[in-house]
Amino acid sequence: MVMEYNPGIQLLRPRVDFDNQGYWDGIKQHKLIFQKCKYCGLLIHRPRPMCPRCNSMDMEWVPSMGKGTVYSWVNFVYANAAYPGIKVPYLVVVVEMLDGVRIVSNMYDVPPDEIYVGMPVEVVFDDIADDLTLPKFKRREV
Amino acid sequence: MNNIKNRAAIVGISMTKFSKDSERTELYLTCQCIKAALDDAGLTPDDVDGLVKQTDDASDEHAVTSSMGMGNLTYFGESRWGAAPSAMAMRAAMGVATGVANYIVVYRSVNGASKRRMTPSMRTSGQMSTSDLLQWTFHAPFGHMSNAGRVAMIVRRYMHEFGINNDQFGWVPTVCREHGARNANSMFYQKPIAFEDYLKSKMIVEPLRRMDFYEEADAAAALVVTTPERAKDLKQRPVYVLGAAQHMALETEELTSYYRPSISGLPEMGKVGEKIFAMAGVTPKDIKCVQLDDSYGPFVPMQLEELGFCNQGEGVDFCNRGDRIRLGGELPLNTSGGSLGEGHIHGMNHVIEAVRQIRGTSTAQVKDAELVLVASGAGGPASGLILGGKS
Repeated sequence: MVMEYNPGIQLLRPRVDFDNQGYWDGIKQHKLIFQKCKYCGLLIHRPRPMCPRCNSMDMEWVPSMGKGTVYSWVNFVYANAAYPGIKVPYLVVVVEMLDGVRIVSNMYDVPPDEIYVGMPVEVVFDDIADDLTLPKFKRREV
Repeated sequence: MNNIKNRAAIVGISMTKFSKDSERTELYLTCQCIKAALDDAGLTPDDVDGLVKQTDDASDEHAVTSSMGMGNLTYFGESRWGAAPSAMAMRAAMGVATGVANYIVVYRSVNGASKRRMTPSMRTSGQMSTSDLLQWTFHAPFGHMSNAGRVAMIVRRYMHEFGINNDQFGWVPTVCREHGARNANSMFYQKPIAFEDYLKSKMIVEPLRRMDFYEEADAAAALVVTTPERAKDLKQRPVYVLGAAQHMALETEELTSYYRPSISGLPEMGKVGEKIFAMAGVTPKDIKCVQLDDSYGPFVPMQLEELGFCNQGEGVDFCNRGDRIRLGGELPLNTSGGSLGEGHIHGMNHVIEAVRQIRGTSTAQVKDAELVLVASGAGGPASGLILGGKS
């Protein structure tokens, strides 16, 4: 099941800024990258101006393995508690990446009655509009 | 000063009726409520020299002072969102304890049902979203914005780690509605539910149902805080602030603390509990009843765990069948009905109800309720109070 969008209601766009621009540039090029502290090596998601471990502001972008497992998930079934631009039901997941960080996203091809905590998943890129590409997740064969 | 035990007392309280449409402005409700709280204490607006509000309250301090004729404010401040009620009382207690003000009014007023509902158009324009860029940019494009969804994500993991079935969350709303049904001020006066009604409640964001979430309301509440010495000259039996604390931990977010090692607890509330019990010099066994943050029902068992009323993972069992948490049980909770059974004004009613219990004027009165705990802000930055009838 691929997510379906309601025509006429745009998905909300990320607010791209100095701190997160590299991440969204990567997504646009179908590359999932995470911020890494150049000083202490901490991998960080979501991007921020300073390393919370060593307070360095010297950061770089490193590629993700693109694989992880579902850490938690919810199923939006009632339209009034969901985003009106997306048809219910839709799944939102927290994925624990093998790289060691977590990321919020949607499942791309999994119906609600098949998802479970611990499901292996991998990133796919959803080109939703000219100005919007989002990283989503699909089932990963292991 | 790391201990404000017995440095402040709550001497006046007031709350409007809860409704779906107050047909009044929020400022009207604020003024009405503050005046009634001052009357309750035996004070006048002239006596007030401090105001504490909630961050998104529409009644600005200058509107309140202009309306009520308060001409000598030396202290004003605010506290954050759902964590506000206990923290606002703490802020007032700190104010009188340090002497920057003598009589501080804490207020909360919101037309949360008639005027400020989270409508689809607000969600589309993003008005309801937090200003927190981390949340906005990395959650909103995936349709993950509503409180319901944000809470459900944490609850799913909690269920997974402790083997909980979501039906078991039904006992907290059932008991809150039982308590609310006794309270003429509540949205649900004489309208209790049975556990089976919870099971039939509409699924909103799986794993959570409509009855897991607070009831939007129009209402206002106010309380008056002064020093224990000044309290002796006033009309009511003082209710003493024995413990008060706030806490924010590493990676604490407003309902989206998904990025830390464990998300199946409310560590901020655990820290608040440690601090208020130590400050008050009491233990969970001494507490006669609790007013927990039930904006989201499944966070209630998690709070019982974090505050030390049961072990981790046992909160749902503690609430099972409701016998331990209803009036007459070992730890009655949310005795006015709370956010699930009275109405939601971000938890100010919980502080008011704690004062009523100690005064002996609750509609679900616990015998000898001399020590009452209040928790605010479950699922994000948290705060809490231990209030007592004796200093």
